[in-house]
Amino acid sequence: MTMASAYSPIDPNHIGHNNLDLDIASDDAPGHGEGGPASKQIIVSYGFWIFLLSDIVMFSAFFAAFQVLAGYSGEAAPSYDLNDVAIETGCLLISSFLCGVAALCASKRWLVRTELFLLLTGILGAIFLALEVREFIGLIANHQGPTDGAYYSGFFALVGCHGLHVTVGLLWLGTMMAQLITKGFRQDILRRLACFSLFWHALDIVWVAIFSLVYLMRFAP
Amino acid sequence: MFGRLTWNAIPWSEPIPLVAAGMVGLALAAVIGWVFLKGYVPYLWREWITSVDHKRIGVMYCLLALVMLLRGFSDAAMMRSQQALAFHGPGYLPPDHYDQIFSAHGTIMIFFVAMPFMVGLMNFVVPLQLGVRDVAFPTLNSVSFWLTAAGALLINVSLVVGEFARTGWLPYPPLSELRYSPGVGVDYYLWSLQIAGVGTLLSGVNLVTTILKMRAPGMSYTRMPVFCWTALASNLLIVAAFPILTATTAMLTLDRYLGFHFFTNELGGNAMMFVNLIWAWGHPEVYILILPAFGVFSEVIATFSGKPLFGYRSMVVATMAICVLSFMVWLHHFFTMGAGADVNGFFGIMTMIIAIPTGVKVYNWLFTMYGGKVRFSAPMLWSIGFMVTFVIGGMTGVLMAVPPADFLLHNSLFLVAHFHNVIIGGVLFGAFAGYNYWFPKAFGFRLDDAWGRRAFWLWFCGFYMAFMPLYVLGMLGMTRRLQHFDRPEWYPWVLVAAGGAGLITLGIGAQIIQIVVSIRNRALLRDLTGDPWDGRTLEWATASPPPAFNFAVLPNVKGEEPYWGMKQKARQLAHLLTAEPSYSAILVPRNTATGVVTAFFAVFLGFAMIWRIYWLAGLGFIGIYAAFVAFAWRDRSEQEISADEVQELDRQNRLIRSSVLAEGVQS
Amino acid sequence: MENPGSNTLVFTRRIAEFARKRSVPKALLPILVTTTLSGCSGSLLDPAGPVANGEQLILLDALGIMLVIVVPTVLTTLWFAWWFRASNGAALYRPTWVYSDKLEVVVWSIPALTVLFLGGLAWVGSHKLDPMRPIESQRAPLEVQVVSLDWKWLFIYPQQHIASVNRLVLPVGQPVHLSLTSSSVMNVFFVPRLAGEIYTMNGMVTQLNLRADKLGAYPGLSAQFSGDGFSTMSFNADVTSAADFDQFVEHAHANPSKLDESAYKSLSHPSQAAPVQVFGNVSDGLFESIATRRLPAGDGPAAGTLAYGAVGGEH
Repeated sequence: MTMASAYSPIDPNHIGHNNLDLDIASDDAPGHGEGGPASKQIIVSYGFWIFLLSDIVMFSAFFAAFQVLAGYSGEAAPSYDLNDVAIETGCLLISSFLCGVAALCASKRWLVRTELFLLLTGILGAIFLALEVREFIGLIANHQGPTDGAYYSGFFALVGCHGLHVTVGLLWLGTMMAQLITKGFRQDILRRLACFSLFWHALDIVWVAIFSLVYLMRFAP
Repeated sequence: MFGRLTWNAIPWSEPIPLVAAGMVGLALAAVIGWVFLKGYVPYLWREWITSVDHKRIGVMYCLLALVMLLRGFSDAAMMRSQQALAFHGPGYLPPDHYDQIFSAHGTIMIFFVAMPFMVGLMNFVVPLQLGVRDVAFPTLNSVSFWLTAAGALLINVSLVVGEFARTGWLPYPPLSELRYSPGVGVDYYLWSLQIAGVGTLLSGVNLVTTILKMRAPGMSYTRMPVFCWTALASNLLIVAAFPILTATTAMLTLDRYLGFHFFTNELGGNAMMFVNLIWAWGHPEVYILILPAFGVFSEVIATFSGKPLFGYRSMVVATMAICVLSFMVWLHHFFTMGAGADVNGFFGIMTMIIAIPTGVKVYNWLFTMYGGKVRFSAPMLWSIGFMVTFVIGGMTGVLMAVPPADFLLHNSLFLVAHFHNVIIGGVLFGAFAGYNYWFPKAFGFRLDDAWGRRAFWLWFCGFYMAFMPLYVLGMLGMTRRLQHFDRPEWYPWVLVAAGGAGLITLGIGAQIIQIVVSIRNRALLRDLTGDPWDGRTLEWATASPPPAFNFAVLPNVKGEEPYWGMKQKARQLAHLLTAEPSYSAILVPRNTATGVVTAFFAVFLGFAMIWRIYWLAGLGFIGIYAAFVAFAWRDRSEQEISADEVQELDRQNRLIRSSVLAEGVQS
Repeated sequence: MENPGSNTLVFTRRIAEFARKRSVPKALLPILVTTTLSGCSGSLLDPAGPVANGEQLILLDALGIMLVIVVPTVLTTLWFAWWFRASNGAALYRPTWVYSDKLEVVVWSIPALTVLFLGGLAWVGSHKLDPMRPIESQRAPLEVQVVSLDWKWLFIYPQQHIASVNRLVLPVGQPVHLSLTSSSVMNVFFVPRLAGEIYTMNGMVTQLNLRADKLGAYPGLSAQFSGDGFSTMSFNADVTSAADFDQFVEHAHANPSKLDESAYKSLSHPSQAAPVQVFGNVSDGLFESIATRRLPAGDGPAAGTLAYGAVGGEH
């Protein structure tokens, strides 16, 4: 078995292999991976980002279904109350802002303020949910519920899926608040808080899409 | 109180499922009894069930896949024998049985054999090849596995309690809606897949993060083994495609449970939308399955040819091209739905374009063998068998990508032959090659190669005998899923296909014998150095089986094929390259029962939802949440392996390898 | 009924011609011949109309083109594996040969060129053989409306005001335009020797154009699984002379049964292996009512029957 240099003159751009011999191997690895595995903070946030992207794909599927059913079913648009929707949007946007403030307080390790802003975030989220539930009940009473037609099925599934995510988010928020009190600002708790913030902001982004594509574009006065 | 569940749910009057369930029950009881009596429970609990070690989880995934292969194959054997007997006669399986059997066959093979096998191999191998200690989220890994097992359990329960879906492996509405499938069958399907789907998605997130953010120092992207590249592509596809499955099954569930109208026959439902959505997931799914298999072959062919893989970078480009293109071809699954010539033509051309990178890969494997020294151990036989078989299957795929040709072949046995050609020839052969190849790494002893080769030949000949007739039958106009038929020209081919299934049964028998013989002869088959095949990638630098922490010191990667480079140098020098490193304590993640407990409650949640026992479903959900909270509340997430222990374990391996090097003998 | 023997002879000759012209590897010939000798009453390889003929031609063309690539690849694989086996001292061992410019170009071009060619075939073929494209002819097409039911086929002739179940009668040489829908679940209308497959879906209308150029009885089936009675959804497409077709219409008119909404409703109850039935009169716009869902979709199996094996109640 020969150990001749594997650097072949016919492969100047290393499209085959870089090299096999240790001595002429380059220590400068292009791109990542030079320093070894990333830190836990990066890994956790990155992984959660990937999960959020997958969640957005799921929402996209519901969006697509909504658009198809709304376009083809021939049913009337649900009778939205845009005022309610505006309040809901305001609640979510402000709660996102307050969540950001909570993250800032956490970085300063101010427990009481962190808890306070997290609580406000949760309250606004709960108001959002309450308004949404009221809207759903109203639509169902108006014979525009999910069992009344495909358009409404698409609407309820999409907006309901978002609402479910908000509910799970509130459960998570409560758990995080309890954890902060019992365990303090431990590294893993802080990482989870960061993930929660990402989640909450992402829900906001999805709501902006819903608000635009579902409500504004299909509002029938 | 118990929703729709009554004693009638058990098929007292149907001998076949009763006997099958009885046999499985007996076997399970025997195994569990043996485990209890021998006192293995604490060992199993500590070392396997609550383990978060990627190597253990990978092995469990593969074990699940192999067990489910037996169930899926039994379904196949029943299908073949029914068709062989049902010429001008009813056969022995009435339509409602037969319909469940072919639906279960497809569902189990894709979701509970092929997926777990590939995920298991990726789980086991990727961290080792990347030169790191574990995946990014070990506990999540355990949860993923147990959720997949929960889905598998639910499907098997459907054999005994209630029924399974009678819609085929993809439940097209309106057939799968409540009106045309009022039983619990489709519900079993939906919940089983939702639960397993969550597991798979989380696994995808896990492996993507691992490959992109956790590699040994110096391992840039272009120094990663090709198996890691294909694992990356496959897991990116999982992250992007599985949410579509989640959403679509959720929509069908909403239709069936809450009276929504996504796909119903009235009030605006659109069944064609289901077909589009489900194949938007379904096509990437088959690439999720095949890409890791391609990676296995890249590793095996290079190792058993004694040469590096030919055309590394074009392999990487081809892999990522396949990854992206797989999202642009889904309509080829329903050319005959009348989308029009422009749409059909576009998707036909896109489908063919995907054949280009695939072809490039085949040629690269070909030229890897060229100029090599090919050794015909079982993994290499599977690989060569793959190269021949997959190319034929790919050809018939491109054939059907021409819409007018597909107009004659859609849903025929030609189609069935095509996808079995590529899935068996590609995914299953890859699974078997990988399993034979990495078995010594996982267990410390090789599999008996003679029985491995026999198994290969039986499978190979059995496959051709079972599926080539199906191509002919497709050309003769026979469609799929027929419970009986009366065209005489089809009959001889159906018989030959049944014979092929018999040969495959023998192949599976040979594989079982292989395991038994290997365990009995394990002392003789022992892998002492950790490198039984003269491997080229980093997993062969560890002992067999590797210690919990994989590498005592993370390797410093200085070139492609880092292990091969190190090994060649060491052989020249006749001693290990580096002096004994200074060992420090290593933190490994602690075991946790979170995975198994979550899955336990998930089974109850699924079963309860299927039978509309809503209080039980609520309990299941609370249980899952409680498990999550309990996990979140733990204070110690890692445990330490002392520097002494690390030193002890590493020294053993270094000693063996040193002595082998000194003798100048290849392992 | 055709004489399968003479058909086989003619077809075998055609296969030999085809093989000679396109240099199909000799190894394939026995397979193709065996296929034909087994009889071909429903075979894709024995088309009886321009649509099926065009599709079969594309199928065989594409197959031939790909075999030219695939067969050498498979043989080379086996050859390389054998020649470069470890025990073969004559083979040159090149452990560092891992890249070649020229090979890269070739290896990317062969599949790319093949795909370019086949892609053109696919694009042109998709347009020429689009099921919605009418058959070019001087004659006006015969209109047939097809409804797939559980588990039988209903054929309505709107111009003749008759209908039949599980039997499609067509005059030879006459272009036919089919409009298809489903009363319940998805099915696929398929007469292999006449035309390609087309889905039938409730609430939607798909179309198929064909022409039958030879007399005979052509088996038809459903190619999309639709439930327990799926395997019994076979029917015959009888292609007759124009005179015989007129006779069929006359006889049908003599039949007193009328296909109105209530008759349709009882037809849409699930039943297997339905006998051939003819209706002498059809309500106007019945097909449109079905296709637009004005008439509700067919019933499924009896609700609430959840016990294994008891659903449907047909057996």
